[in-house]
Amino acid sequence: MSEARIDVQVEHKHAPPADQKRHPNTCPKCGSHYRDDELAAALWVCGHCDHHFPMRARARIDWYVDPGSFVEEAAEVRSEDPLDFFDLRPYAERLAEAELNTGLGEAAVIGHATMDGHPIELSVMDFTFMGGSMGSAVGEKFSRACDSAIERGVPLVSVTSSGGARMQEGILSLMQLPKTVCAVEDLHDAHIPMFTVMAHPTTAGVLASFASLGDVTIAEPGALIAFTGPRVVQQTTREKLPEDFGLAEQNLRFGHLDAIVPRSEQRQQLVKLLRLFA
Amino acid sequence: MTEKDQELNLRRRLSGLSRLPLLRGTRVEGEAERLEKQLERLKADTSDEAIWRSVELARHPDRPYTMDYVARFIDDWVELHGDRGRADDGALVTGLGSLEGRTIVLIGHQKGRDVKERLDRQFGMAYPEGYGKAMRVMEIAERFGFPVISLVDTPGAYPGVAAEQHGQGGAIARSQAEMARLTVPTIACVIGEGGSGGAIAIAVSDRVLMQENAIYSVITPEGCAAILWRDAGEAKKAAAAFKPDALHCLELGVIDGVVAEPEGGAQTDHDEAARLLRAALLECLEELEDTPGEELRRRRRAKFRGMGVFA
Repeated sequence: MSEARIDVQVEHKHAPPADQKRHPNTCPKCGSHYRDDELAAALWVCGHCDHHFPMRARARIDWYVDPGSFVEEAAEVRSEDPLDFFDLRPYAERLAEAELNTGLGEAAVIGHATMDGHPIELSVMDFTFMGGSMGSAVGEKFSRACDSAIERGVPLVSVTSSGGARMQEGILSLMQLPKTVCAVEDLHDAHIPMFTVMAHPTTAGVLASFASLGDVTIAEPGALIAFTGPRVVQQTTREKLPEDFGLAEQNLRFGHLDAIVPRSEQRQQLVKLLRLFA
Repeated sequence: MTEKDQELNLRRRLSGLSRLPLLRGTRVEGEAERLEKQLERLKADTSDEAIWRSVELARHPDRPYTMDYVARFIDDWVELHGDRGRADDGALVTGLGSLEGRTIVLIGHQKGRDVKERLDRQFGMAYPEGYGKAMRVMEIAERFGFPVISLVDTPGAYPGVAAEQHGQGGAIARSQAEMARLTVPTIACVIGEGGSGGAIAIAVSDRVLMQENAIYSVITPEGCAAILWRDAGEAKKAAAAFKPDALHCLELGVIDGVVAEPEGGAQTDHDEAARLLRAALLECLEELEDTPGEELRRRRRAKFRGMGVFA
């Protein structure tokens, strides 16, 4: 492994151009460009082609809950660096930068609120914080959301958006899978319903734990929902990938979702569920 | 954490371990000694070579696999095939057998010895059907009160198109949930590679052990290197950074004990490796057997819910 490696990359004459840096407000599907306020007013959905842009956790909470009803919980929980992890940069530095850039303490926000008058507990992930990855702090926050839902006897609404377990916390991140699964089992035992909304992307460790255990599971259109993403599948197995591989639409067809619900209709759908489970 | 802290931590953990019933008895004395030796080695060998040695030994082609252990210490073995839905997954073996007169359910990854068997068993990477089969036999265990023993040895769950379409993520989640519900004693031991979700799917157990040279990790060193260093060739650096070896897992509170291996690694003497593993499994079983099922479940959930380090 240590000897010099020969670069065997081949350049193709007609290869598609390498990923160009696209402005975050430009639709990757149809190229339409929007001002910030336009996107916010449209719930970050492209008015032209219906592409769902990523939605920040706080914006989503504002959209879901009754105005002023959200009370954040466990806001003080932060990640630590138990492994002194250092890749190209120290983990501690990555954490600090993520907090500065996102204004969030971690990749999940939890708290209680009311939704059309129904009291609920909320756990919402934010992909912009280190790819929504789950380390000890995210696992702890989600688990506390379960406990809080049990304590209040109210349903849990969980929105997932994550690249998976956070590598920088090594095996402790893997242990957040059984940790959150056990928290959901406690929720099930207490007969508290959990509604899961899978946003783009819900993958790997988060899909393989609490995200898959909701009583009702809905997804956003076009969301990538896969244990192993298309790039890794392609690289390891050299299989030819189906057109909509790993997308919400394929997951619905294969029976892994209850429904695909556009963002503008999600609130209505959740309120309906809250009424039915009340 | 400085090296000094780390060493202190490890020592504290070791002394705590020697109080555990799990590590009582003469065999365990030997194990504690071995751990001490490992600790010495860790101190002497501050380079990351020791960790990489574990990675290499954990993947050694002559290392004993699940079926080698079954042949050596499970009597009346009856393999159970198929998930009753779609397929039989050769990467995950399940069955009933007898361990010192007790009927147990055994679930284990199986890698395969030669090229043909390796291909048939997908190198120990299970499909959702494999985890479906595991859940099916866990239900049998629950119904009849048989303890569940899991032997973990997988690079990870199979990363293919069909596996995704059949619901790999959901299968791993539900398998863990099933284990969190069981009211029978459950013991898992990582006997080689404990790769990510594919491993934890069958390792939500009352007691989780690792063989001395096994590894347990959130991603393969190559996968981590490819993502964080953008170069799979940096696997050694990645392994050194996320520390998948048994000693570090013990230190982080992820596992409950380390099972000694014959000098030089399990691949040098399958019989001796099996003897040591069998003794460790029996000790755990004896310790868990008298605890009521509800209490086992409560403690198991409390253990996993307590995992993680945060501020």
